[in-house]
This record gives sequence, C-alpha cells and structure tokens, in this order.
Amino acid sequence: MPNPLTPKERTRIPRQKMPEQEPLERRGNFAEVNLGFDFELAKQEAMRCLECANPKCVAGCPVGVKVKEFVALILDGKYLEAAAKVREDDVLPAITGRVCPQEDQCEGACVLSKKFSSVAIGYLERFVADYERQTGQVGLPPNAPPTGKRVAIVGSGPAGLSCAGDLVQQGHQVTVLEALHEIGGVLIYGIPEFRLPKEIVRQEVDNLRRMGVEFETDVVVGQTVTVDELLNEEGYDAVLIATGAGLPHFLNIPGEHLCGVCSANEFLTRVNLMKAYQFPEYDEPVFDCRDKDVAVVGGGNTAMDAIRSSVRLGARNAYLIYRRSEKEMPARIEEVKHAKEEGVQFMTLTNPVEFLGDEKGWLRAARCQKMELGLPDESGRRRPVPVPGSEFELPLHMVIIAVGTSGNPLVQSTTPDLRTNKRGYIEAADDTLKTSKRGVFAAGDIVTGGATVILAMGAGRKAARAIDAYLRSGQW
Amino acid sequence: MSTPIHDQRFRIAEARFLAPDVKLFRIVAPRIARKRKPGQFVIVRINARGERVPLTIADSDPRDGTITLIVQGIGKTTKQLNAMGPDDHLADVVGPLGKPSEVERFGTVVVIGGGVGTAIAYPTARALKSAGNRVISIIGARTRGLVILESEMRTISDELYVTTDDGSYAEKGFVTDKLKALIGAGRKIDYVLAIGPIPMMRAVAEATRPHGIKTVVSLNPIMVDGTGMCGGCRVLVDGRSRFACVDGPEFDAHRVDFDVLTKRNAMYRDAERLAMERFEKTGGRQETRSCRTR
Repeated sequence: MPNPLTPKERTRIPRQKMPEQEPLERRGNFAEVNLGFDFELAKQEAMRCLECANPKCVAGCPVGVKVKEFVALILDGKYLEAAAKVREDDVLPAITGRVCPQEDQCEGACVLSKKFSSVAIGYLERFVADYERQTGQVGLPPNAPPTGKRVAIVGSGPAGLSCAGDLVQQGHQVTVLEALHEIGGVLIYGIPEFRLPKEIVRQEVDNLRRMGVEFETDVVVGQTVTVDELLNEEGYDAVLIATGAGLPHFLNIPGEHLCGVCSANEFLTRVNLMKAYQFPEYDEPVFDCRDKDVAVVGGGNTAMDAIRSSVRLGARNAYLIYRRSEKEMPARIEEVKHAKEEGVQFMTLTNPVEFLGDEKGWLRAARCQKMELGLPDESGRRRPVPVPGSEFELPLHMVIIAVGTSGNPLVQSTTPDLRTNKRGYIEAADDTLKTSKRGVFAAGDIVTGGATVILAMGAGRKAARAIDAYLRSGQW
Repeated sequence: MSTPIHDQRFRIAEARFLAPDVKLFRIVAPRIARKRKPGQFVIVRINARGERVPLTIADSDPRDGTITLIVQGIGKTTKQLNAMGPDDHLADVVGPLGKPSEVERFGTVVVIGGGVGTAIAYPTARALKSAGNRVISIIGARTRGLVILESEMRTISDELYVTTDDGSYAEKGFVTDKLKALIGAGRKIDYVLAIGPIPMMRAVAEATRPHGIKTVVSLNPIMVDGTGMCGGCRVLVDGRSRFACVDGPEFDAHRVDFDVLTKRNAMYRDAERLAMERFEKTGGRQETRSCRTR
C-alpha cells in the first residue's frame, strides 16, 4: 500500500513518543524503561517517512540497513518481512534498535531532522524486531553449502556475533570463544537490563546457534589457548580477534585505591553479568547503595548506565561528574534525558582531583574543581581547563569511574607477530581488517578503541567479507 | 548439543578432605590442565547463581586433563563448594589466569606456606626444586589438624619445618619465628616465597626487609572477571595501582601496601556475612545439588 499522504501532510504528523515506565516507578526496578511502540504508533511513525529517492538514512547507518524499504513494509502491515529486511544487514536488530546512537546515524541523516524531527527509525527497528521475536517466527537466512573451512572468533560481543552470523551463512564452520561465562560481551556485562533486557541478547544468540554458530564460554584466548594454537593445533583456517576495549581507565589521582571507588566495568559487571541487584538470591554482591551518596565520573553511555543503576539500587544522591559541558557529552540524548528524569544530578564542568577516605579506608568525599572550556583539542571538543581557586569537597560513599577503556592486551601479548599501535590496539587494514599475521583478522573496539555496538557490528561484517574471500581464494 | 567432552567439562573427578574444612578437588578441565604453570589460578563459578571466585591451581595432569584445587571453606561459596563431591559439576572454571611464578635458579630459597597457603606454595616449591634450588620449606597452621601437604612438601624440600600456633604439633610458634631463626643462624637465603594469610605475608616481608632478601608473595584480592576487565583486584605496589589478576598474583613483598589490601578485602564483609547466614539457615543442600543438572 503506498503512503496515502502527501509529503506535506506527512511532515505535519509529530514524531511519535516512545511509551516509557514513569520515572518514579522505574527508579525502583531494573525492568526496561522504554516499553516499545504498539501497532498504531508504529504505523503513525512509518507514515512520516518521505521515502526519499536517495535515502540519507541508509548512508547514515554503519551497516547500511535498508531503512526506507523496511519502513514501507511496516506501512503495509508486513512486519515479519520488515524484520527480515532489517536482518539482511543487521543480525541483531532488537539490540541495535535499543542501543544505537540513532541521532548521530540514520536519524541524524534523515532529511526531516532539519526542519521537523527525524523519523524514529530506531523505535521502528525495535518494533519489527520485537514483533518478530514475540511471534517466534524469526526469519533466519539460509546458509550456503558447507565450505569445510573453520573460523575461530575471539570474543562474543557485537563485532564477533555479527561476523559469526555472516560467516556461517557463507557456509563456514564458526566457533566463538568467550572469556566470561555468558555470551554477548558488552551486551551482557556492560549494558544494563533496563536498557537492554538480557533475554533479548539470549534470544539473538540462540538465533545464531540455530544458524549453526558454535559457542564456547570460559576460554580466555591468550591464557587458555593462544592464537597460534588455534591456527596450528586446533586447525582453524582463520581467526578473528574481536576482544573489545575491556580494560578500564582510572583517573590516576590520589585516593583511588579507597574502598568505594571502582571502575564502571566492575560495577556494571557485578550488576549485569553477575545479577548483583538480586543479591542475595545471586551470590555476587555489589556496593550497597541504599541511602548513600554515589557519583559517577564521565559523560558517556557507560557513565549513564552506571549512575542510573545506582539509582535503582537505592542511592540517596546520584551525581554525574563530567569535566566538559553537557553539549560535549558522548552519551545518547535519550540516556541523558532518562538519567535526568530519574533524578541524577548533573555536575558538569567539574573534575575530581582527589578522593578522601576515612580511617577504615572507605571513601568519604571527592575533592573537585570547577572547569571552563578552552580551545578545541584533537577530538574537536573544547578542552576543559581548571578554574583556579574553585575546589570544593563533595561528600560521597561511592564513586564509579567511567572515563573510558582501552584494549585488553592478553591476545596481543601472547601473539608475538601481531602488530599493535602505540595505544595497544591491533593494527588492521582499513578495507579488509587483516592484521600483520596471516589468517588473523581483527575487528571492533580492539582496532578502533571504544566505540559503539553498531560500529563494531559493521566492522564484524566487513571482516566476514574479507575472511570469506581469504578462505575461498587462499590468497592473503 | 551435548557431546561426551561437554558432559565431562568441569566434572569433579575426585574430592577428599585434607583437613577439617580443607578439601582437595581434581576437576576435569583439559584445556587448563595443558597450559597451567605454577602460581596461576582459575576463576570458579559453582552454579548458575554463583559468584566468581579465584582459586590457585595446586597441581595439574595434562594426561588425564584434570587440575587440582585445594579449597578452604571460609565463605558461603567455598563452604558450598566443599559440600560438593565426585561427579558433581562446576558451572564454570576459567583459566589458567595470572602470570606464572618466577622460577629461576636463585640458590637457596625458603618457601613459606601458612594454612591453606601451603597448597598454593606447593607447586611453585616443586618447580623451584626442579630448577636446581636448595628448597627450605616452612609450613604453618593454627593447630595440628590444619597442617596440610606435609609429606608432599617433604618430598620436594631439602629441609622442612612445621610450626603450629598452639604447639599441638611440631614446633610451637609462627612460620616467621622459624624464618627469623634461620636468618639469625646466618643461613644464606637468596629468595623467599610466602603465601598465606595477609598478616603472615606482611610479617614475612618485615622479617626479610632488613636483610635485603628478595621476597615474593601471592596476593588474594577480591576479583570478578580475572582478565583485567574490572580492576576490582587492584593492589597498591610501590604506590602504583596494579591488577593482581593480570600483573600478578605474585608481587615483590617489600613493595606491596598490605594495609590497603587488608582494607579492600574487607569491602564486602556485610554482604559476605549475610550470604553466610542465609546459607547456614538452609543447610545449603538444595542449591548444591542443582549443580548436577547442567
């Protein structure tokens, strides 16, 4: 059914709002904040698409999801076909529909975003993916005839999963090796339940399993087995390294060893992977935030995830300390909005310089200084500079450090002929993601440094194409 | 899905008590058994609701694909683990993690094991012996029944001394008393490895520091992932944060800030107490059994 409205009429329809759990209610639970579009909202939103002859949204998507086509299928009520259309380019649609920074990608490129507001592409993607999941009729693509080639993928995060999905379709035998006890990488340990329910990750992983991908947990490549052993003793024809950027940065300021100071990785891993929010039903504890003053340092999605988790764990005051202004924050707009609604107090242009402890070694306060913005730095954002004489003490029981991560060196340090750059990331060719070692490819954050789920997935796809070409031709 | 290999993975092949609350396990983990070197550890999760706990590998047999763990029942998880027996399965065993012990020909080495620390010291002591060192071992325990691995340690030591705090067996006193006596007697000591409770390791460090004897300790901070991902296990060494899971677990004893380690290890004391109380109330039986049905 073609869209019955004229372009002008379409622009008059407002962008449909995502139904959400009320802030006061969701402060007390870990259930998903966004409730999802219903059929009516999805149809209304799909009506807004101008169906551009040259759709900018597709170009804006790191994996090139055929946005215009899947939105048109929604209008036709062909939800399963719409989901299948997304799946052609994106093996994890229920996940990307939830966690992509759409405002910087498809929606940012949408022509409507200039004068009106962009089509809610992320919400629509989530809608069709959820519909497909709930009907249990996931349209898995067929696999090509077996090639007899075996690929080991190191790491089961977004890059590894998307590469695995593509390679298994091309007829290769794929084994994904994961260090932790659950499959999904950052999707499991990093992103909280209230933003990405783990059941969704599990279902997407199950889809890959049904397609023939094999998974092995509890394997730390570099320690349990080396890349060379995978290629030689275990007979894999190619290896993809997709270990992510899992090593937390600290601030390197005095007092960071105090009890009550931890990395966002630790806090989120306890809460998400280990289900510490259900302690003592689950054994792993987490810092007891009830009636405590908690702060996170950082302005990215991880910072938002951490501080919003502390709110749900009962924090009395939840502060977000960020050294630049809100405009420079790398977090998704929706996360910032949700955090504020949930009562997180934003302390921008503020930077901790020391953590102060009590006699038992517990954090009692952070000494902070105010900042102002100077000239732009290499990231293009204005550099924060301290305001002299602006120091103050902020009483705190816990502080979570979320100022970025770097690559875990375990694979690189045990694979001598794998070239890395000076920041410790693996060097890989832009177009093929080939490393300096024959048969070994690398994709995702371990190449680029900390980025997004969708960029890692895009890199995983690119690696899959190059691995397929290598396995078929034998040419390096 | 399940293949024979997977049915075997992380199965307890053998379990027996060495002392009250101290149990030896042989666990099927072929990949780990093949790679493991003295001083390395594994992270264990006993069931689907379990926490991740680090345990040092006491021994391994690459031929039958098993690793040996010696576990002291202190908290909920270790007590629950010690209630498990042959043919039970652990949910997860991952490793080998951490850096292997530094094993060189130092000359005369003193290996000190306090309590269950003896189990951790044993594989490295054996490796030090094979590397051509003269190995003097001192193992200590609170009381007679808690002395473990005496005959194993005797086999790989040139000299073995046993101390008990209460004097119920062998020499009365602390391991450090014996160490100080050796130093005081003018024995030439080139290297000391001390593994045990934090106060013991700290005391050993203070005993050797004035004599400039290189001393290494194996630290046991709280860990989650064990691969460098969370930073929960960071210890202050020479004023710098180091991750025990990837930079350790062994560090130069004279540079470790034991005070910070002690305080950080007490961080979850309330939660640990709560978990223990709940566990004791239920007798811990139902939960343990659920491990069989993986």
